[in-house]
Amino acid sequence: MSLSYLLRRLGTLLLVLVGVSILTFAIIPLIPGSPARVMLGVQATPATVATLERQMGLDRPLPVQYLSWVSGIVTRGDFGTSLISRQPISREVARRLPATLNLAVVALLIGLAIALPAGFVSAMKPGSARDLGVSIMSQLGVSVPDFWMGILLILLFSETLGLLPSSGYRPLSDGFVPWARHIILPALTVGIISGSIMARFVRSALLEVLHQDYVRTAHAKGLPGAVVLRKHVLRNAAISIATIVGLQMATLLSAVVVVEIIFAWPGLGQLALTATLQRDYPALQAAVLLSAVAFAVVNLLTDLSYMFLDPRVAYD
Amino acid sequence: MATSTAAPAPRVARHDPRLDLVRKALRHGLVLLGGGIVLLLGLVALFGAALAPYDPLTMDFTARFAPPSLAHPFGTDDFGRDLFSRVLYGASVSFRVAIIAVGISGTLGVTLGVAAGYLRGWVDEVVMRTMDVLFAFPAVLLAITVMAILGRGVENAMIAIAIVYMPIFARVTRGAVIAVRDREFVTAARALGQGHLRIMAVHVLPNSLGPIIVQTSLSLAFAILAEAALSFFGLGTQPPDPSWGRMLAEGRSFLHQAPWMGIFPGLAIMVSVLGFNLLGDGLRDVLDPRFRGRG
Repeated sequence: MSLSYLLRRLGTLLLVLVGVSILTFAIIPLIPGSPARVMLGVQATPATVATLERQMGLDRPLPVQYLSWVSGIVTRGDFGTSLISRQPISREVARRLPATLNLAVVALLIGLAIALPAGFVSAMKPGSARDLGVSIMSQLGVSVPDFWMGILLILLFSETLGLLPSSGYRPLSDGFVPWARHIILPALTVGIISGSIMARFVRSALLEVLHQDYVRTAHAKGLPGAVVLRKHVLRNAAISIATIVGLQMATLLSAVVVVEIIFAWPGLGQLALTATLQRDYPALQAAVLLSAVAFAVVNLLTDLSYMFLDPRVAYD
Repeated sequence: MATSTAAPAPRVARHDPRLDLVRKALRHGLVLLGGGIVLLLGLVALFGAALAPYDPLTMDFTARFAPPSLAHPFGTDDFGRDLFSRVLYGASVSFRVAIIAVGISGTLGVTLGVAAGYLRGWVDEVVMRTMDVLFAFPAVLLAITVMAILGRGVENAMIAIAIVYMPIFARVTRGAVIAVRDREFVTAARALGQGHLRIMAVHVLPNSLGPIIVQTSLSLAFAILAEAALSFFGLGTQPPDPSWGRMLAEGRSFLHQAPWMGIFPGLAIMVSVLGFNLLGDGLRDVLDPRFRGRG
């Protein structure tokens, strides 16, 4: 990978992040009414509201407010103060970020555990009954609303069988069993859906490689099937599969937001919705900005991972 | 008497590639299945009011939480309202929101995509970098943020969904336009002195429609999901209006007493989304040259 490619890619990321931060910052100026009014309530006099606006720096020109907001986040991790709890938002974010990451990682692992074998068995015998089964599963996965899947799992495992809690979060530091009992249903909700979607792409990636001339040559020269599969098929399909996983992170992050709300999972998605419903706009800004940054960084890492998976990719 | 013995001129079959595509689409299994589901649900959305056995808003406290039966095929909710009637009415809400939202996002996204792909240069850079920024937000969070700015309600949900799905239209259209912008008929139009606007509208856009049609179908599926999600969160359709997402949110509190409240509205969402997805996938097989002939 050439250094110029890396620099170019980082430049694009920076540009996107600047755009993301401007749009996120614009939430407060675009919303009718002032954050000071939200804090003080409808009874407050215009003079009191104006005083608080001055204290909060909302009377400064927008570019100055933007630069001060961004520099606070970049240099001190300061996202401002919650309009509702009056606590620093960074504290809230630090509390919620591990919950979201826990859920995203476990959901991704479940998704991969479904997609890789399903895509594999489907691609090995295209047109067979199991291929059709995977295709149907995949179509249903794309079509099932994540919040409905969550409700169905709660109905089955919590309401009917009474096996698992229907909501809440326990950190891993409380012990593996309580953590696992709470994370299974939300992670399964996201994992089943994203796994079903990924299975279709894994199948296509494998099928494309299986039909390449070098695979036919490898078989023709008498290499055992397992060796052809390991050395030629899987290795070459890995790059497409890595792309799929990277792209799938967008759907996964969106699904995590929804699932957090259903399962009362105290993560960034739940923070975003609560902040919207309570008009706690600085908290909404923090949740949105962090999710968008995470997504942009994942995209960059996906791009860069090609180099390790495929030495032919030189990015000149 | 001279008689004409000349055989009539052989009729030359006119080959219209567009008709071929329509015929091919009508023979494609996914198009037929998806199109059939969409057509059926479209009819339900149009005539749901006439088909519904009860008023979807009328409460009957003597029939609260009634399980599915002949009188109430999907059961009743916590206010004794007939769920089957509410699901039928919900179809019109979902389809209206989806069609208007996709109409707005398609119009804006296609216009931007055609301009970016045809004009290239700084227009392309500005449009596509802006779309990249919008792409950087997880879809649901972007929709929630737009709703935070605009306020709750079904009309604002349409705008939010339109903003979320505009970038994908712009990207898909740009790709299709780039593929045709240097073709002979476009060069010929330029040589004839036609203006950019006319070339884009008359020559470039009609020849880039395949992927846009596919994207429209897939976006309608996503829009139904997004409307349901926003209503589920309490941001979209407001009570007492029936919306599938809203019904699921209401049913969530009564899963133990009335599980049907959490099942039928979800099933309706899934079937609609499945219909549009199958239709979109089928159309992609037929219309998108990259997918033609793939198993």
